[in-house]
Amino acid sequence: MRGIRRAFGATVALDGVDLSVAPGEICALIGENGAGKSTLVSILAGALAPDAGTMTIDGAPYVPRSPLDARRAGVAMIYQELSLAPHLSVMENILLGVEPMRYGLVDWPRMREQAARALAELGHRDISPDAQVGLLSLATQQLVEIARALAVGCRVLVLDEPTSSLGRDDVRRLFALLARLKAQGHAIVYISHFIEEVKEVADRFVVLRDGRNVGGAATAGASHDEIVRLMVGGSGDELFHRSARTPGDAILTVTGFEPGGASFELRRGEVFGIAGLVGSGRTRLLRALFGLAPVQSGQVRVGVYSGGADPHTRWQQGMGMLSEDRKAEGLALALSVADNLTITRLAPLGAAGLVWPERQRDAAKKWVERLGVRCADVRQPAAELSGGNQQKVALARLLHHDVDVLVLDEPTRGIDVGSKAQIYRVVDALVTSAEPRKAVLMVSSYLPELLGLCDRIAVMRRGRLGAPQPAANRSEHELMMAATGGGPGA
Amino acid sequence: MTARSLLDRTGTLLGLVLVGTIFGVLVGPRFFAPGNLELMARQTAIVGMAALGMTVVIVAGGIDLSVGSVISLSTVVIALMLRAHAGPLAAAATAVGAAALCGLVNGVLITRLTVVPFIVTLGTMLVVRGAAKGLADELRIEAPMTWLNDLLRTAAGRALVPSGIWALIGLALVVAAMLRYTRFGRHVFAIGSNERMARLCGVAIGRTKVLVYVLGGAFAGLAGLLQFSKLSVGDPTVAVGLELDVIAAVIIGGGSLLGGRGTVAGTLIGATIMTMISIGCSQKGFATWVQQIVTGGVIVVAVALDRVRTGRL
Repeated sequence: MRGIRRAFGATVALDGVDLSVAPGEICALIGENGAGKSTLVSILAGALAPDAGTMTIDGAPYVPRSPLDARRAGVAMIYQELSLAPHLSVMENILLGVEPMRYGLVDWPRMREQAARALAELGHRDISPDAQVGLLSLATQQLVEIARALAVGCRVLVLDEPTSSLGRDDVRRLFALLARLKAQGHAIVYISHFIEEVKEVADRFVVLRDGRNVGGAATAGASHDEIVRLMVGGSGDELFHRSARTPGDAILTVTGFEPGGASFELRRGEVFGIAGLVGSGRTRLLRALFGLAPVQSGQVRVGVYSGGADPHTRWQQGMGMLSEDRKAEGLALALSVADNLTITRLAPLGAAGLVWPERQRDAAKKWVERLGVRCADVRQPAAELSGGNQQKVALARLLHHDVDVLVLDEPTRGIDVGSKAQIYRVVDALVTSAEPRKAVLMVSSYLPELLGLCDRIAVMRRGRLGAPQPAANRSEHELMMAATGGGPGA
Repeated sequence: MTARSLLDRTGTLLGLVLVGTIFGVLVGPRFFAPGNLELMARQTAIVGMAALGMTVVIVAGGIDLSVGSVISLSTVVIALMLRAHAGPLAAAATAVGAAALCGLVNGVLITRLTVVPFIVTLGTMLVVRGAAKGLADELRIEAPMTWLNDLLRTAAGRALVPSGIWALIGLALVVAAMLRYTRFGRHVFAIGSNERMARLCGVAIGRTKVLVYVLGGAFAGLAGLLQFSKLSVGDPTVAVGLELDVIAAVIIGGGSLLGGRGTVAGTLIGATIMTMISIGCSQKGFATWVQQIVTGGVIVVAVALDRVRTGRL
């Protein structure tokens, strides 16, 4: 891809970007949200047309008019949100649209054989071609999607944030697979926010900022710090902001709680982190505490209130939750920023059940300004904001409600470094300088974030929450060992 | 304001102007004579009244297929009450109450059984129709004349348009304000736009939904009142299939069956467009089948335009 340019109205999303990837090479594409990565790969995958610039594959001009066109030319895109038919079997998904036919009917034996061959090529004979896709784990579904791309003969694979919802083991397996595909001569474009991952899996990286190439090199010689600096355009040292903290009174007490086997105390002025693999039951524990999932036993005390509860009661008790799934649960994307931000607490915006739009807008504006949410107007639909800004709106809802206990599930998943830093600053301020001080309970798969932000961290493994320990005493290595069950010395 | 948001705000109105212009040319100036306009208003009133409730139901992400049956039940209840020497006001109140009760049943079944509204209201559509026929012994019920018969009639020298039309306009303003300026209204939008988010945010989903269907039923009852006024008898076989006109009015007016979108003004314009087509076609002497094809086409075109203006096509 050479000199690619694309504008949306007055906004120039890409301004003369170059990207090349050789057969048998993995090239990482990195940059903050809004840097133009998605636009660039959408153009590559035929979903968008460039305003200027040229693309070639093996020296031949490549002008895809649609994603289907791109697939035919050998370019496949694996999106973060997988596009599989959950009710169909693995083989039907792999060969969707290119089913082997005989006498105008589907040739099932040949279909099974072709699917099995595609899976074997991936080194995953363990996946049955007859299994129903919807019942498979997310990681396996991703493999099925990659198998589909290979089955139609794609040579260029684009993976958008492929590890964002995978546990550590699955990431390992995916990386091993990518290495195999590379050895087979496929060209791979790998998009990720995780710099550690990029350094591990990619041969080369290209950094985009504000729609331009700002740098790129072989991953072997580049330091983490260097890459972050390229992405944000400044120094990345200040990412984790941490003021001196002195925990106060207990505000959330959890005793013998099932699911999760959790017993802990959360105090004002404290950030309590839960580490663990995806699927270890972290999210289930948070959801049960908040009344969104069934509780089997145990007691929860929020401030002076105790007893079981539903989300409505939790909000009233001064507890708020940020969902891990921003699009499906965190926000109503079609509604305005103001509506999303104030929905849990409309009472102060008018007497007797009324909501004055002007007061609603003012309330929203206050938080939008304070958190640096980039939007044209608080009446804008949330869908029009970037991921990072959407997440800030979802977090601002908890601030508008002025809750004492903030339950944050993967608060920075899939957002840009700038928004991450902003969210870290807000969390730090909530537990140190807010009056009264708040308490934060957070789950994250990103270990540096937990270590940088939390006061105490507990590890969840196979549905059980371990004993919390001061974050200062823990390391990434030790947390990962605990999460995967290989305790020290094991 | 961008061109798209301008189109977004005025899209349905432009449709009305377009349809009006076409029939204005076809039928001639008498199409816009005051008498003809009032005729249109009277014909729009029944569908429009039921569509007010349907707007709330559809914004909340639901659907109510039982409104046609509820309208007929309402006419039967009024006629029976009047025959039993009840006052007109009491008769009307009982009918609207019975209709609201149907809505309550819909709401409770939908929220308690967690069955999709399409299925629940498909069931109650038949149940209520059967109940209306049973109550009426499958006959039309004659009732003494009262002021209820004048709701859609212009009393000489009293008002420009019949009182039923004023009631529709007044209630439309109330529903529009309710959707826009109340906590209940914002909760309805939140539920329709993303129910999982509404749950996370502690919105009382069950209670809100039940109230939404009660409103849907009550407005169908009020539509039944207007229907009775037009017929002056209780008729258990009236308004068969009318729910589809009501839903079409909301959809033409910019409502989305996926929920989260819809406006009262749009709905009323949608209902007016459909009346205009039906009156225009009959005054031009087109056969009913032409009229049906045109109406069907307008629904499809309206939805297609809506997709274009929200950038999803």
